[in-house]
Amino acid sequence: MDGKVTIRLNGKAREVAADITVSGLLDELGLVPGMVVVERNREILARERYPTVRLSEGDQLELVHFVGGG
Amino acid sequence: MSTHASADTPFVIGNREFGSRLIVGTGKYPDNEIMVRAIRASGSDMVTVAVRRIDLDRTREEGILYHLDPGEFFLLANTAGCYTAEDAIRYARLARAAGFNEWLKLEVIGDEATLLPDTQATLDAARVLVAEGFKVMAYTNEDLITALRLEDAGCVAVMPLASPIGSGLGLLNPYYVRAIKERCEVPIIVDAGVGTASDACLTMEQGVDGVLMNTAIAAARDPVRMAAAMREAVVAGRLAYLAGRMPTREVAVPSSPPLPE
Repeated sequence: MDGKVTIRLNGKAREVAADITVSGLLDELGLVPGMVVVERNREILARERYPTVRLSEGDQLELVHFVGGG
Repeated sequence: MSTHASADTPFVIGNREFGSRLIVGTGKYPDNEIMVRAIRASGSDMVTVAVRRIDLDRTREEGILYHLDPGEFFLLANTAGCYTAEDAIRYARLARAAGFNEWLKLEVIGDEATLLPDTQATLDAARVLVAEGFKVMAYTNEDLITALRLEDAGCVAVMPLASPIGSGLGLLNPYYVRAIKERCEVPIIVDAGVGTASDACLTMEQGVDGVLMNTAIAAARDPVRMAAAMREAVVAGRLAYLAGRMPTREVAVPSSPPLPE
């Protein structure tokens, strides 16, 4: 499969491989899974599911992490 | 009188004991190296962090955990920047999913200009989050009734402000803060508004259990040195409170015996 799907990633449209997993996407973005929290379609995704959950057309993904704050 | 000059009861929040009554934020430092040095100089063992969307356009944005060892400091995630109970609940859940702990500094802002808290929304969010098992430390204004309600909602600590976030105006209402401390059973931690060491000391002299600050250290000309000053100020204020200050008088009273006639 070399098709592409369009997802919404942190508020912006992004084309990704049609069968990419969350782990695959984080890898592509150079992000360490242990440092990221993923929300998919407004639901938090457990880390152990990153390798198996595949992204679909129109998925809304939010990637967040800890930053400095008071 | 205590047998040991610095004897004190342990600082316990939600069944967890902390070594320092000073809690510090991690925002607005000139750089990460100064931040870590300042936090170490402050002696704090609990630090606050914020949850934010990763900026994917930057070449490589690093989260704060690349600089701050969660084994060295207890992480207290905040819901800073949230203006509704719904947003605060969402960010609380995201923070917990990071996998460190279920503690939370709950903050729901009600006004952009003053950053004063929306106490009703804070209460609404607190009830939901406590039911979900969060240990909620709630940022609020220095209002006794709200403080009592937050305690009643199951918050493990109530955190009235000294003055608006980032203002450095110091403790504006010592009487109200004392009233909260006298009436609540849970630890009272004054959060926001402290500007310099004397503010921290004066705040602790009211008898509150701790102080939380960020900008006062991060925006000082020398954050590491100010962090060390805050450490001393919080200890000094606590000891002065425990020691019990002398009564104030409107007339002078000599300290030395009078000379013979």
